[in-house]
Amino acid sequence: MVTTTALEEELRALAGSVPDPELPVLTLAELGVLRDLRVTAPDRVEVRLTPTYTGCPAIEAMSADIERVLHDHGIAEVEVQTVLSPPWTTDAITAEGRRKLAEFGIAPPRPTGPASGPVAVDLAIRCPNCGSTDTTLLSRFSSTACKALRRCESCREPFDHFKEL
Amino acid sequence: MNATVTPALPLGDDALILSHRLGEWAGHAPVLEEEVALANIALDLLGQARILLSMAGDEDELAYLREERQFRNLQLVEQPNGDFAHTIARQLYFSTYQELLFNQLAADESELTPLAAKAVKEVAYHRDHAEQWTLRLGDGTDESHARMQRALDALWRFTGELFEPVAGLDVPWSALRSDWTASITTILDRATLTVPEGPQHSAWTAGAGRQGLHTEPFGRMLAEMQHLHRSHPGATW
Repeated sequence: MVTTTALEEELRALAGSVPDPELPVLTLAELGVLRDLRVTAPDRVEVRLTPTYTGCPAIEAMSADIERVLHDHGIAEVEVQTVLSPPWTTDAITAEGRRKLAEFGIAPPRPTGPASGPVAVDLAIRCPNCGSTDTTLLSRFSSTACKALRRCESCREPFDHFKEL
Repeated sequence: MNATVTPALPLGDDALILSHRLGEWAGHAPVLEEEVALANIALDLLGQARILLSMAGDEDELAYLREERQFRNLQLVEQPNGDFAHTIARQLYFSTYQELLFNQLAADESELTPLAAKAVKEVAYHRDHAEQWTLRLGDGTDESHARMQRALDALWRFTGELFEPVAGLDVPWSALRSDWTASITTILDRATLTVPEGPQHSAWTAGAGRQGLHTEPFGRMLAEMQHLHRSHPGATW
């Protein structure tokens, strides 16, 4: 059993507070992409990060931001590794993260069902502007791969929906 | 360059080449939403390609410095975009195959498992996208129906290769083929389209892409894809 030291907890909180480069309202901790942080030697830290999507271009910016914030905190050597397993899911977004997404105008993802089977697209998704559940899908892919474009039939505003993954 | 025999190479080539073909739609798609959708699917595939090719060697060397005969992708994915119906037919055939294959690989224990388990959730959206368009075009106007059917027929002869065994992959190929055929039949029936009846191979396409034999448009696509890297070796952003 590997235990976490107080220093590791402090550094993990620091790395977790880095804002997501594409959704700066969320921190990496709230997005649920920060998997692990270990102090492996004095002044040396290893961080494990998982991508939201396989091709997510933000992962390199995230790594660089984590390195910078830990360097600024006096850690000389920082290694950020990307891990794929277990795959990230939108269920990893924290409750606070979901609240912030909605406040930012992005409908948060619903809890995911079983991993296989058809993609559920028809359950009610609430408009982040007016709160109506009368919304329709305009496009399965929106400003980024992780979002779909929808329109609210009540207030007529288009909005992004963070797709379940 | 060390192009080893890992199955990551042919699967990585599928993802890379289809990603490039979809990227060719940028600036040309019929509507803005579709432009964004195709680019996002291309980005997912590029992410797969980077991880898979990195398992086989240096990703940039493999993508930019190999000759046509060294690529191991399916001939299906290198086919030109054609009209929008051709692109959707290619997406339907390939994403249905890739979802079934990755589901299989995700359940195994191999070097490909983490990537397959990750990517299969994204591929489910690619397949869904292709199915929705197949329904809309097939069950749409006479014109859209005719063009969708023509596209399905034209690409049918490249579908046999999907089920040729890939060296290093322990996959029940005949079961994969039945599942793929059942899935395609269901969606084409719903779309009022007909499952093509012609051969799924022509004499010279049986497993050919996996052996490095490609169709005529592939060389020109590669020339464009590799031009910048070959003209400016080592160039970075």
